[in-house]
Amino acid sequence: MGAIVSVILVLLGIIVVGLSGLPGLLGARTSMIGQRGAMALGVVGSALGLAGVGWFWATGDGEPLSLPTSLPGGVVRVAIDGLSAIFVAPVFVISALGGVYGLGYWRQTEHPRDGRKLRFFYGLMSAAMGLVVIAGDGVVFLIGWEIMALAAFFLVTTEDDQEEVRVAGWIYLAAAHVATLCLFGVFALLHSAGGTFAWVRLEPGGVTRPMATAIFTLALLGFGLKAGMMPLHIWLPSAHAIAPSHVSAMMSGVILKMGIYGLVRVTSLFSNPPVAWGVVVLALGAISGVLGVAFAIGQHDLKRLLAYHSIENIGIILMGLGLALIGRSLGRADWVALGLAGALLHVWNHSLFKALLFLSAGSVVHATHTREMDQLGGLSRTMPWTALAFLTGAVAICGLPPLNGFVSEFLIYVGLFGTLGTGAGPSFLGASFAAPALALIGALAAACFAKAFGVVFLGTARTRRAVHADESPATMLVPMFALVGCCAVIGLMPFLVAPTLERGIAAWAPELATTTRLCALAPLGWISVMGLVLLGLLLLASLALGSLVKLGTAATGPVWGCGYAAPTARIQYTASSFAATLVGMFRWVLLPRVKRSRYLPLFPGRAAYHGHVPDVVLDDVVLPAFRLGGWIFSWFRVFQRGSIQMYVFYIFLALVLLLLWR
Amino acid sequence: MAQLLDPILIMALALNFVALGVSRIKGVVNAVALQGILLGFLPLLVHPEIHPRGILLVVVTIALKGYVIPWFLLHAMREANIQHEVNPVVGYMSSLFLGAVGTGLAIVYSSTLPLASEHAEMLFVPASLATVWTGFLMLTTRRKAIMQVLGYLILENGLFLFGVLLLEAMPFLVEAGVLLDLFTAVFVMGIIIHHISREFASISTEHLSELKE
Repeated sequence: MGAIVSVILVLLGIIVVGLSGLPGLLGARTSMIGQRGAMALGVVGSALGLAGVGWFWATGDGEPLSLPTSLPGGVVRVAIDGLSAIFVAPVFVISALGGVYGLGYWRQTEHPRDGRKLRFFYGLMSAAMGLVVIAGDGVVFLIGWEIMALAAFFLVTTEDDQEEVRVAGWIYLAAAHVATLCLFGVFALLHSAGGTFAWVRLEPGGVTRPMATAIFTLALLGFGLKAGMMPLHIWLPSAHAIAPSHVSAMMSGVILKMGIYGLVRVTSLFSNPPVAWGVVVLALGAISGVLGVAFAIGQHDLKRLLAYHSIENIGIILMGLGLALIGRSLGRADWVALGLAGALLHVWNHSLFKALLFLSAGSVVHATHTREMDQLGGLSRTMPWTALAFLTGAVAICGLPPLNGFVSEFLIYVGLFGTLGTGAGPSFLGASFAAPALALIGALAAACFAKAFGVVFLGTARTRRAVHADESPATMLVPMFALVGCCAVIGLMPFLVAPTLERGIAAWAPELATTTRLCALAPLGWISVMGLVLLGLLLLASLALGSLVKLGTAATGPVWGCGYAAPTARIQYTASSFAATLVGMFRWVLLPRVKRSRYLPLFPGRAAYHGHVPDVVLDDVVLPAFRLGGWIFSWFRVFQRGSIQMYVFYIFLALVLLLLWR
Repeated sequence: MAQLLDPILIMALALNFVALGVSRIKGVVNAVALQGILLGFLPLLVHPEIHPRGILLVVVTIALKGYVIPWFLLHAMREANIQHEVNPVVGYMSSLFLGAVGTGLAIVYSSTLPLASEHAEMLFVPASLATVWTGFLMLTTRRKAIMQVLGYLILENGLFLFGVLLLEAMPFLVEAGVLLDLFTAVFVMGIIIHHISREFASISTEHLSELKE
């Protein structure tokens, strides 16, 4: 009985969230009532859903709820287990906080044209993600998946009067449909291997090697496209950049995780996966991580920079999953526990701090109406709360203590170092590359956020926009600081989430997980102690610094004034110049495009510099390939005669051929 | 009753040739309407122990194909002020010849099909194939949009013939759905004809080729 309660509560929450934007559609274009109602329904629905998840964590294993229908497969199954609970929680949390944030960020009175559409699809997308995660079989999963993908398309194209938005929307839609196509393949193969659409464990003897490989490859393609794994990330940066910021927070924080969820769920069905799977996932994770952060460093659009960091974090999550897969193949329960716990915790952490960063970036955009970092500067004086929130998010995403990003990356480190002790073999080879890659990712992320925070919030204002920025209203700050609180709680008290993660591990690999206790594998208690000590030291240091500054009577001048007689904001480091060294190191893959004045005149004159890091995969591989395809298919134009008679004749020919074909 | 079947089917085949060989649009409309009514009675003859829902279907089919759609087309004809198909892609004599060849091929081809024994001796399958062929012929060789609508109706009659064979196996819903499709299609085409004639002062579909991009 208890198990049914949790499923029903979550389902109710999904329904309420899904319908939250509906009443507002009937409201007036310029009235805030619809928006307040949608926000309230979203919060209520999320509370219901979270209550369901909480009930599950309190009472234990859930049994699926089955409803007879006329859909393929006959019954619709929804269920909550340790894995779904972990993935469904961020859906509700981020969706509710984003709804509140929208009250200030995307006010109906300021956006009468698209506000109602935005809220309708926002609720629908959140609900669809909930459905994807609690789906007990492939049919429900695909239904939820497709609703999610389409609702997200309408959210990305909220401001569809702009050319840039429409282009990004098309690329997203194409990528989403390729992903769905792969998933149809995955579920068809799973059905033929297991005989049902429900999630059933495939016995090692029950599925042939080529079949298993096909399932894994298609799943990696389909879910990898959605998650933004490196060569498949083409839709991600522009879609995240142009969507409204609370939508970007949802997309980056939660939608990408649906890809991860799918991969985790499908791999959970194989009790003895080949070692190669784990090595492949680990390698792809390392590539996504390093290249994601390398591309991020080259960006000068604040939200695009954050979008590339999503790719980096997906890479970190995949590294954890890869480690867990290797552990499962080799029967090492500790690797499974550490890798999967790191991956699952990083799913939470990333959805928290990336949502926080996108909301903070949205706050900046809301105040200054630009995403160009080189137009900003010195915002920490005019927007101190936003600056504090962004700084917290930045520390968390760089994996620095005492915040949550450190904990999950620490778990993956411990697991990777564990594999080193085994000597030779593919796992050793993988880990010996993976651990340094993870370290490289962390260092580059720190550099990148030093750039982002420094250029946007420190220094002096570069333009009038930045000078006149005002702090955002409380409706936007409260959700941001709720996320700051979540980051701090997980960072300072990681042992609180350990039981939840253990449930997730037990659901993924039931044959291994009965003996594993996370607290025994990793010093979670010590993380708390060290985090608190660090926090105390920081507090002391800042107090000491504050008293020192007060004592002194030093003259003040503009930041980066450098003692010049007439300093200007233009002598500061820009986003490009700060990153120039690192972009130069990664020149071989970033292929930066630079336009500069070639010869500087003898006497000071005008000079110009324009640097841009394009998306190599999209601009240099995918788009040329599509142009070639378009050229080839243009030959088929000869069949387009524009005469109905000819078209009917084509149909007739096809019919005759079908009749004659045996 | 079954002895009436073959005469009805032969009449339907003959009406195909009327539709192919006549240039007055009114005559073609009448031929198609008559064909629709004749075929509408077929389910009663093939399955005498038909249930009430089937009778409803028969009544609706006859009403729609025999009266509503022809009335609608004649109305559209008056609106557009046309009487004749002036300049078909393939002439009337050639159309008749092609229709005859197609009917012959249909009879030959259907004898090679692995049909159920109770269907093999009847004219159903050849008549169905020949009618579909006639419909395609009308659709591809006539320029006036209204003639193409008529071709489409003949095509549908051919499919209906096939459907009669499967009446017991096919759910009521499918038949009703096909009927609804037919009605909607003719309705939409009627509106399009009206608009073409208003825009281009003629209902020849050739003018539409400029819209192909």
